[in-house]
Amino acid sequence: MDAFISTYVWPAIIMVAQSLLLLVALLLFIAYILLADRKIWAAVQLRRGPNVVGPWGLFQSFADLLKFVFKEPVIPAGANKAIFLLAPLVSVTLALAAWAVIPLNAGWVIANINVGILFVFAISSLEVYGIIMGGWASNSKYPFLGALRSAAQMVSYEVSIGFVIVTVLLCVGSLNLTDIVNAQSNGIGTNLGLPASFLDWHWLALFPMFVVFFISALAETNRPPFDLPEAESELVAGFMVEYGSTPYMMFMLGEYAAICLMCALTTILFLGGWLPPVDVWFLNWVPGIIWFVLKASFVFFMFAMVKAFVPRYRYDQLMRLGWKVFLPISLAMVVITAFVLKLTGAA
Amino acid sequence: MGLQVLFFYLFAFIAVASAFMVIAARNPVYSVLFLILTFFNSAGLFLLAGAEFLAMILLVVYVGAVAVLFLFVVMMLDIDFAELRAGVLEYAPVGALIGLILAAELIIVVGGATFSPEIAKGISMPIPAIADRTNTAALGDVLYTHYVYFFQIAGLVLLVAMIGAIVLTLRHRTNIKRQSIPQQVARTPETAVEVVTVKPGQGI
Repeated sequence: MDAFISTYVWPAIIMVAQSLLLLVALLLFIAYILLADRKIWAAVQLRRGPNVVGPWGLFQSFADLLKFVFKEPVIPAGANKAIFLLAPLVSVTLALAAWAVIPLNAGWVIANINVGILFVFAISSLEVYGIIMGGWASNSKYPFLGALRSAAQMVSYEVSIGFVIVTVLLCVGSLNLTDIVNAQSNGIGTNLGLPASFLDWHWLALFPMFVVFFISALAETNRPPFDLPEAESELVAGFMVEYGSTPYMMFMLGEYAAICLMCALTTILFLGGWLPPVDVWFLNWVPGIIWFVLKASFVFFMFAMVKAFVPRYRYDQLMRLGWKVFLPISLAMVVITAFVLKLTGAA
Repeated sequence: MGLQVLFFYLFAFIAVASAFMVIAARNPVYSVLFLILTFFNSAGLFLLAGAEFLAMILLVVYVGAVAVLFLFVVMMLDIDFAELRAGVLEYAPVGALIGLILAAELIIVVGGATFSPEIAKGISMPIPAIADRTNTAALGDVLYTHYVYFFQIAGLVLLVAMIGAIVLTLRHRTNIKRQSIPQQVARTPETAVEVVTVKPGQGI
């Protein structure tokens, strides 16, 4: 019995506690990132943004949460009820599931699996199901059009994201996310005489891939300028037209959890994860989690700025960018990276 | 060990039950959703067997891409499934025969080593122990080092098939306007703008 408790019960309790801690921290982070998104958007347009609930509007997201939860969910008569309610659940669950393998600091990861990056890639390629199911189950034209658009869009941009991940893997030689971060403590900066600095990170060595990944991440998470699945000027609110109250909130939560995931992934793949930017004693003293959150927030700031000042793409332009620009570039970069690594003897 | 067996039966039961629902569900969209559930549980079984790479690739390729296209098509098509089902009993013997052949082949492949133990010695590339080579690396060894030419040829065959499909479906229509990005970028004020001095009271 003791053996049973020490092999199964304790690890299970610890894992549940870790997951709960991560979940609460993540939800709080999402609440403030939502607020930051609206504030940045407002600031670009010389507005104040939400500023009534709490000091500087800091509690706005919680007020929104209460409002969503206390409203009555309306299910259209012609809708497919089971799938209609399943869709937001799928979207939230998948977006949160991928966080199980994201390392927030050296050793701070719930499941340190060998194929971590593939797991994240697999889960993020499944996020399209929440949208397709929601669009179809609504039994209405605008949601269905939004769902079709989003399916084509997400499948297209996954291809280039896949190739970007392959180039990073070529440089690292491992699919483990912790290994990917640790590999970035040694690189261009070290050769230039600035060891363990921000010049070592992959963003410099793989700069074209960094740009491709960032833009593909925007498309993958349906962020403006690629928010065609919910383009309000033509599809009202796309796949979310028929949704209200808690199901709608879950779609929003799933969307922002996916955005945070993409920010964290950019940080891990290209911005050195929890590594400090310069090898100075007081910067090394700062805990790695702080660097991780700062870098992820910086990436999100870029997401928010893009939303504020880039106009929405037309659908054929979006497809052209994915298939005719990003795919050849990323494919060429895979070949070039492989050749460079082979010739310099790094792999 | 007990927990692994428990999870094996959980995944296996859900996989078989949802595979049955794929053919039993009345609504084709439900069929595809059950198919996705089957894929998920098969990925779980792969994970239990230690084939983590295969599990993830199954999710990426089949669930993330192939099943999306299935769902796409099924949602767009307006098929009367009652009509399709009308002749199902006529085809049942053929279907049963095919199922039987598949099951026999699976048993021969998987159980071959049990029937005659010498088969296991004839394996040219045994799987290395998980401790000294992760199975991602082991698969890479087989595909990209030992059998790289066959792998490349397989890739070429797929490329030919893809080009064939494009050639068959591509139509160049002459009466529509196309956007050419290089042309748009190459435009200069000289080629695009014509300055006209209009005299008052005359028009152009």
